[in-house]
Amino acid sequence: MTEGGKFRQSPNYNRKQYKAIMINRTERHFTLAAGALCLGGIVLFVCMAAYALLAFDAPGTPGDGAVFDAYVWRVARFTLLQASLSTLLSILFAIPVARALARQTGFFGRVWIIRLMTLPLGLPALVAALGLIGIWGRQGALNTAFAALGLDQPISIYGLSGILLAHVFFNMPLAARLMLGGLERIPGEYWLVGANLGMRPLSIFRFIEWPAIRGLVPGIAGLIFMLCATSFTLVLILGGGPAASTIEVAIYQALRFDFDPPRAIALSLLQIAVTSALLVAIRLLTPKADDGHGGGRKVRRFDGRHGFGRIGDWLVIALAVLFIALPLASVISSGLRSDLIRLAGDTMVQRALVTSIVIAVVSSLLCVVATAVMIRARQAAMAPRHPLALHRGLAAAISASSSLVLLVPPVVLGAGWFLLLRPLGDVAVFTPLLVVLINMLMALPFVYRVLEPAMTTHSARTARLAASLGLGGWNRFRFIDWPALRKPVLMALSFACALSLGDLGAVALFGSQDMVTLPWLLYSRMASYRSTDAAGLALFLGLVCLVLTIAGTPSATNNDKGRHDAAA
Amino acid sequence: MRKAIIPFFGPFLVAIAALTTAFSASAEDKVLTVYTYESFTSEWGPGAKVAEAFEKTCGCKVSYVSVADGVELLTRLKLEGASSKADIVLGLDTNLVSEAKATGFFAPHGIDTAAVKVPGGFSDDTFVPYDYGHFAVIYDTQVMKEPPKSLKELVEGDPAQKIVIEDPRTSTPGLGLLLWVKSVYGDQAGAAWAKLRDRVLTVTPGWSEAYGLFTKGEAPMVLSYTTSPAYHMIAESTDRYQAAAFSEGHYIQIEVAGMTKAARDPALARDFLAFVTGPEFQSIIPTTNWMMPVAATKEPLPEAFGKLVHPAKTYLMSSDEVAANRKAWIDEWLAAMSKN
Repeated sequence: MTEGGKFRQSPNYNRKQYKAIMINRTERHFTLAAGALCLGGIVLFVCMAAYALLAFDAPGTPGDGAVFDAYVWRVARFTLLQASLSTLLSILFAIPVARALARQTGFFGRVWIIRLMTLPLGLPALVAALGLIGIWGRQGALNTAFAALGLDQPISIYGLSGILLAHVFFNMPLAARLMLGGLERIPGEYWLVGANLGMRPLSIFRFIEWPAIRGLVPGIAGLIFMLCATSFTLVLILGGGPAASTIEVAIYQALRFDFDPPRAIALSLLQIAVTSALLVAIRLLTPKADDGHGGGRKVRRFDGRHGFGRIGDWLVIALAVLFIALPLASVISSGLRSDLIRLAGDTMVQRALVTSIVIAVVSSLLCVVATAVMIRARQAAMAPRHPLALHRGLAAAISASSSLVLLVPPVVLGAGWFLLLRPLGDVAVFTPLLVVLINMLMALPFVYRVLEPAMTTHSARTARLAASLGLGGWNRFRFIDWPALRKPVLMALSFACALSLGDLGAVALFGSQDMVTLPWLLYSRMASYRSTDAAGLALFLGLVCLVLTIAGTPSATNNDKGRHDAAA
Repeated sequence: MRKAIIPFFGPFLVAIAALTTAFSASAEDKVLTVYTYESFTSEWGPGAKVAEAFEKTCGCKVSYVSVADGVELLTRLKLEGASSKADIVLGLDTNLVSEAKATGFFAPHGIDTAAVKVPGGFSDDTFVPYDYGHFAVIYDTQVMKEPPKSLKELVEGDPAQKIVIEDPRTSTPGLGLLLWVKSVYGDQAGAAWAKLRDRVLTVTPGWSEAYGLFTKGEAPMVLSYTTSPAYHMIAESTDRYQAAAFSEGHYIQIEVAGMTKAARDPALARDFLAFVTGPEFQSIIPTTNWMMPVAATKEPLPEAFGKLVHPAKTYLMSSDEVAANRKAWIDEWLAAMSKN
């Protein structure tokens, strides 16, 4: 992380000033500079694209002034409504699921359930929509089962209910995984004390579990809210009509159908303004996180072993697994009906597979490194008791950018950068780089939500110890940071990989025939009537995602080892 | 030392060498750059066959740049401006013609299009038609025994039998249906949409999503083209999916190609536009782009094309009229479709 190991403390090291995090001054400045650089790069990347679009004098543009007409307000209202409800439901359902998984640690297949929860992220919206329809649709498994009982299609998902269902399908598992991470960071001593005091489940939830979760809720809720607010394909397919449209639909329409860049930018700003107002409200309404300090004792829970608690947990886990797995099973079963052997032998498919994997791996690595650097910088900036205004600004900007970047429509970034790069020659040459950067940007909020709480807890537990041992730079990373942060880092990588794999947007913007990704090929097959081929490709995509998830969720024993190493 | 360096830099050197030869080779030949949409150049599309056939006669190389769809094609041109590399733009439809002309990037083609026959008649000094299709409601014969026989029957029929349509804000078939309803109902279009609304299962962002829902069996009807059944009959040997013939007539989509003012070799670009209306190109189109040819083909069309719906009356609005009214008509559609 820095120029090298420093075992000697520098003589002018001021212990009092840097009470919480004692890293030496050079390293702190280096960390701050690196964080500022990453942040600056991201802000520049977004602003330059917006500027290029605004400065562009479009030929034959209609541009008839009024941006904020009744239509836009109606769309904005619906965006807020569906995103708020989706967020609320995802969070509410995620809490019992995360709690049940945290309590029941010993059973076979637990790690597979956790892996299952990353899969929805890796599915393109269209594939997920078809999977959901395969279960919940008019001709889906549920309605077919009800028909056998003599009921005529009692479930209709088209409308707000379908949008909520799809958003909960995508986001409940995400929220549950992030919360599970928080519950697993509760120090082992808490459970020992809880058991000694004979705490009942309600007290345990109130005094131990909820304090660990509630600090995460604003971040998770914010992330889900943004994902739902910018949802486009799902909202249109399942919404049942134009009454269900998001601002993102209007942005897409403005830029790609009407080609009115100023309107697209204005709508993007509206989207950012409306959503960030809500994010601030969420943050103000929720109390601050409470991070427990412990000696790194092995976590062993004593609750939920018997009786109703255990049965309840099993019920919650079973329902959650069914809810997530059934639509995936529907995707798999359509996939199996295609000619998988021919598809696997298809050179186009192989090329697309390799391209997708390379993009996913590169963008997720970049994303994790950049995010980790920014989080470190934020910690370093806020470490002194009275941080400088400049440093406070940096910290605030980092946490804001980690949220708001999702609200920048990729279509705006794509068009803007197309304009910027065109004078340099063939834009197709830059396509891979831009796709990697856009994917990296879109994964940043996810990675931030995974790494930030883990790094904060870790730093609170080990920073003083490391400083008193005089550990810094590479040595601290190797002996203190990596063993404890390995698990969240891998999880962040697998989230980012899955997102990037399932992403159609960034590639579609440049539409270069030289760069074909799996989702792009899937849409292309669908567009030429080959929907069975598309189903087969969706299966491949799911498999690749599963492999990456397995790598991203190592089995529990390694993690326990890590805890002990970290504490040693 | 040498040994250590070569394995490391070897691949880069090879790549640089390959790039250099690629560029020097292409500099010697004539290249015709054709901007088109993605499904034209996909492995199933007509692109490769068209390039091969044209390259035999022109002594040049055809190079495609493909974007998502026809609308995106125009956006790409606007973004690139006058310095675009495009010699030929192939894949705009008639609705986009007036907007495309307004950009000022296109040059009159100056070729003889007497052989071109498009229902409803379309001729233009800048754009050459290369295929067409009528919009149609495709239905699943296994579920629907009595499909609607007119747009009126579609609008007023049983709301329990659903149709999936595309969004006119984001897709060309969606805009096609909007114009179709407007052509038939005129001032009453809003009321017609308000009635049809109960039959609409959902409105998808594009054709692929709608057709995917339809073939999955979610709805027995979908808005597509009269030529869609030809694909199922020829490629899948099934006549399960058929187009419903509407007594009022059908709205047409005509796809066109044009040459740019910046074309590096105008004579070559003109040759390509003439080739596009010739029998070689026209014979490739039906079974690769699944649209109807606009001129004579080398062999008669496959039998399946004879079984398709051939509308007696064709609707087509001028692109100026569409450009002038599109926003108002979409607002009318939104208002009618958004009532709860």
